[in-house]
Amino acid sequence: MSIAEKFVTMEYGPAPEDPKEAQAWLNRHHHRFQHFINGAWQAPTSGEYFDTLDPSNGEKLAVVAQGSSQDVDAAVQAARTAFPKWRALTPHIRARYLYSLARLVQKHSRLLAVLETMDNGKPIRESRDIDIPLVARHFYYHAGWAQLLDQEFPEYEPCGVIGQIIPWNFPLLMAAWKIAPALATGNTVVLKPAEFTPLTALAFAELCQEAGLPAGVVNIVTGDGSTGEALVKHSGVDKIAFTGSTEVGRAIRSATAATPKRLSLELGGKSPFIIFDDADLDSAVEGLVDGIWFNQGQVCCAGSRLLMQESIAEVLIAKIRERMSTLRIGAPLDKAIDIGAIVARVQLDRIHRLVSQGIADGATCWQPQVVLPSRGFYYPPTLLSNVHPTSIVAQQEIFGPVLAAMTFRTPQEAVELANNTVYGLAACVWSENVNVALHVAAQLKAGVVWVNCTNLFDASCGFGGYRESGFGREGGKEGLLEYLQPTWFKNAPKLSPAQMPARATEESETGLPAIDRTVKLYIGGKQARPDSGYSMEVRSPDGRLLGEASLGNRKDIRNAVEAARKAESWAKATAHNRAQVLYYCAENLSQRRDEIVHQLSAAVGEKQAAAEFDLGVERIFSYAAWADKFDGAVHNPPFRNIAIAMNEPLGTMGIICPNEAPLLGFLSLVLPALAMGNTVIAVPSEAYPLITADLYQLFDASDVPAGSVNIVTGYVSQLLKVLAEHDDVDAVWSFGDEANASAAKAMSIGNLKQVWTNEGRAIDWFNPKFSEGRWFLEHATQVKNIWVPYGE
Amino acid sequence: MSVEPKHSEAAYELAHNAGSSIATLGDRSLLPNTGIPLDLNWVQEVRVNTSAVERRAQSQVGRRTVKKEWQAAWLLRAISCMDLTTLSGDDTDERVRRLCAKGRQPLQHDLIQKLGIEALQIKVAAICVYHVFVETALHALEGSGVRVAAVSTGFPAGLSPLAERVAEISRSVEAGAHEIDVVITRAHVFGGRWQALYDEVAAFKQACGSAHMKVILATGDLLTQRNVARASLVAMMAGADFIKTSTGKEAVNATLPVGLVMARSIREYAQQTGMAVGFKAAGGIRTAKQSTDWLAMMKEELGDSWLRAQLFRFGASGLLGDIERQLDHYATGRYSAEYRHPIA
Repeated sequence: MSIAEKFVTMEYGPAPEDPKEAQAWLNRHHHRFQHFINGAWQAPTSGEYFDTLDPSNGEKLAVVAQGSSQDVDAAVQAARTAFPKWRALTPHIRARYLYSLARLVQKHSRLLAVLETMDNGKPIRESRDIDIPLVARHFYYHAGWAQLLDQEFPEYEPCGVIGQIIPWNFPLLMAAWKIAPALATGNTVVLKPAEFTPLTALAFAELCQEAGLPAGVVNIVTGDGSTGEALVKHSGVDKIAFTGSTEVGRAIRSATAATPKRLSLELGGKSPFIIFDDADLDSAVEGLVDGIWFNQGQVCCAGSRLLMQESIAEVLIAKIRERMSTLRIGAPLDKAIDIGAIVARVQLDRIHRLVSQGIADGATCWQPQVVLPSRGFYYPPTLLSNVHPTSIVAQQEIFGPVLAAMTFRTPQEAVELANNTVYGLAACVWSENVNVALHVAAQLKAGVVWVNCTNLFDASCGFGGYRESGFGREGGKEGLLEYLQPTWFKNAPKLSPAQMPARATEESETGLPAIDRTVKLYIGGKQARPDSGYSMEVRSPDGRLLGEASLGNRKDIRNAVEAARKAESWAKATAHNRAQVLYYCAENLSQRRDEIVHQLSAAVGEKQAAAEFDLGVERIFSYAAWADKFDGAVHNPPFRNIAIAMNEPLGTMGIICPNEAPLLGFLSLVLPALAMGNTVIAVPSEAYPLITADLYQLFDASDVPAGSVNIVTGYVSQLLKVLAEHDDVDAVWSFGDEANASAAKAMSIGNLKQVWTNEGRAIDWFNPKFSEGRWFLEHATQVKNIWVPYGE
Repeated sequence: MSVEPKHSEAAYELAHNAGSSIATLGDRSLLPNTGIPLDLNWVQEVRVNTSAVERRAQSQVGRRTVKKEWQAAWLLRAISCMDLTTLSGDDTDERVRRLCAKGRQPLQHDLIQKLGIEALQIKVAAICVYHVFVETALHALEGSGVRVAAVSTGFPAGLSPLAERVAEISRSVEAGAHEIDVVITRAHVFGGRWQALYDEVAAFKQACGSAHMKVILATGDLLTQRNVARASLVAMMAGADFIKTSTGKEAVNATLPVGLVMARSIREYAQQTGMAVGFKAAGGIRTAKQSTDWLAMMKEELGDSWLRAQLFRFGASGLLGDIERQLDHYATGRYSAEYRHPIA
């Protein structure tokens, strides 16, 4: 066709990015890649390799080593060996290495972008303009944290060896999100890239060599799920950081439960995209393009559930269809392509299956007239309207370019529909009214809320989910904490049975002669008899019967959780109000010193009882003080925008209190949770649950709203199980023995609740340095990043 | 004449005057704009999120590009949509004649041969001058099909008395100008005096008669995107044939975000009324790459009808030189120098 004809048709024509350099790179490696272990390429012990394909045409790009458990072991050993030296380097030297990596990523940016597009199928525009620049930005940002580490985290140390498992949707970006903060904080890593997309991680390994990074600091083992499993189960790994499906996240939670391995999970999502009638609709539609038609919709935070205000639904659907018609789908190396290839056949099949099910559920399917390339894995942009919350396409993550649309009537209903999901990764709110937008943003259960924007990412802002979208954050100061722990914690001794006061051992029927009183449960602001109708005897260390406590069971926990859930207004009370209530608790407690110390003495001796009481009052004061001071942050991403990092309560928390300090331990755990606005179901010291009576009188007298604290006494192991398995409990803290810690983690997989334990270690409750403050508050909150671009 | 009979100027004129379809948007045929009564609710309901508009304008540039012969074709298209402009205090008749000569013959013969585009008879869309040069330009362009546009209404500030501004239009129309580029009273926008703005533009339109009216919003003065969107709507309601970004004299001239807001306004207006309004990006567009970015934005937001001189113009003086050099590079494979191309 001549220029003259093109002058008439005004078509775009092809604009291919030249893959020559990437192909040369593959040729240099003979299209065959080994593991990167201890700074060198190492052949897989099994001798096995697997293919990695170009999804745009199905052709083989290279073969890649299949990692066995021996390979994983070699990598972990290398990381272990490298760890002490890497950690001992000065922060400045680590900063230099990270800075070098950032520069090298920039220097090789086009090769990395082309390689990413070839291996993954995403449009070159995205890998070139979004993924790779963010990779560089991540290393720059964390070079900064490496430099400032000692100043900003003086009492913290690195976790050790980090096992990192990443997905195929943003291969190099996810590697950067994992590696940069780990290295900046002095950890060493073993990274397993996704089976479908290992190439850019291997190219990055070369950059590590080029940067002169000490051998063993970054190790990359390629392979499939079994390789990941070997890494998760390796005893030489101190922490697992995983990004991927919720299903695999659950398996990892289970597999690591019996170990002290720390865990951060960034899992799936079904993020709501809310458009109010006062939004800039054309811009909101463009937001959808950046939301669900970004990376073929294979984005964990994709705005896949469109919630439209009823009054604009018709206009909006028309606008969306028009916009969909101008999306260009095709060869991802073409610079003018909006939608590239789906990563693999299996993913394409999944999209087909879910869309068919959605249509069977009653959805109306609309796709623009597009011609898909004859080879490779492609799926057209798809709009499913008339979707109801019950439909599978409104519930399940599709991970494809498929938008499910429904309507709402009021802001309240928008929030209700938005939160009607097991996930909580991200959300979008579009409204030109800042009151509406921020009010809704505050109520959404999501780790990231974008106001009038979509899928903005930056190293300075935490990213991560609520609920089954996982826990832990990546990016920002909040993300850094995932790779650090208090220096003293690893050396804290394990709790020994000798440190435990005697336990109640026998059961007797309620109504039998009580020594002085029978302590009831405290549920929903009322004293409640246990459902079981049983009580437990409480004895002093020398065997004297001190009294009886109610023997709570699963129904009591159920009732307590319901009461706690109903008391959510506690979270909405102003921080100042919560502080006032807590101060009032301290005031009321202090008036009963003699009586409480006297009774507690029988269990823990006079000296400890007095110390528990006096420090307890002080601890309440501390958390009353903290209630309105544990501020969030305003991050500085490189946009005209404020990103507000808010510390939000986790919600409903189950807290297993320590045996060894019945009063002070209880207050040390329940108070930070309350101060941050959580509601609590506490299981007090099994050894001395009689403290419950004093506590509920205290809460009653101090205007603590009914249901915000509930106390269920009984056998910890039984009650813990019910709490950990309860899907309406958002977090569990277990500060009993090691078995409890493991059980809490293992049983939490139903809703992937956050679990925090002492790993069976003895916490010195009498030393505020170890037993109060930020470390506790950080675990009582989750960070929500709200992005608010501004400008007129 | 052009190889595109259905889009030729003559055909357009015919359609315009007969009130038949001049464009399509999606599947819909659009008529020339005859204006509608001022709809204040519509003006008040305008919502524009500036940050989102800027992001879209930015990502648009990364999302679309044209290469090789497509790029050459698009650059030729940019020339054919160009209002080659001189609006300086030191303009003279001779200067205007030189510009007209360039407008008739924007590319050298050898380049045209190398590109194989003799049949296209590439020329600019119009020559844009002050009123005093209308006659000179008409003479110089006789028989070329290149139109003459006159800036008017107290250009660039637009602050002379209304009667004088209207009279200025009439004088240019009488002198034979095909197109009149008028400026609005920015104060009406700042004051929210939409009726006054509407009346002013409607008066200009009446004075224009059959001459095409391009309404310059002076977006660099209006400053906010919401002002741009509202002013766009009011100008279209009052009968604008084109809305145009800038006089070229404001501190900030045509930017892609402003263009995006105006293009979306045109789309909204077309969808609501079934009438097509053109768009002119003026000032600050100096490179070939910018010109294809603008064309791509028109194609994306409005469709191919807005890739024709009937509905899209560049107001530029320096752009042509860069396009020539790029076409030369396409034809020869060597980068060209400015002095190798005849100046305007």
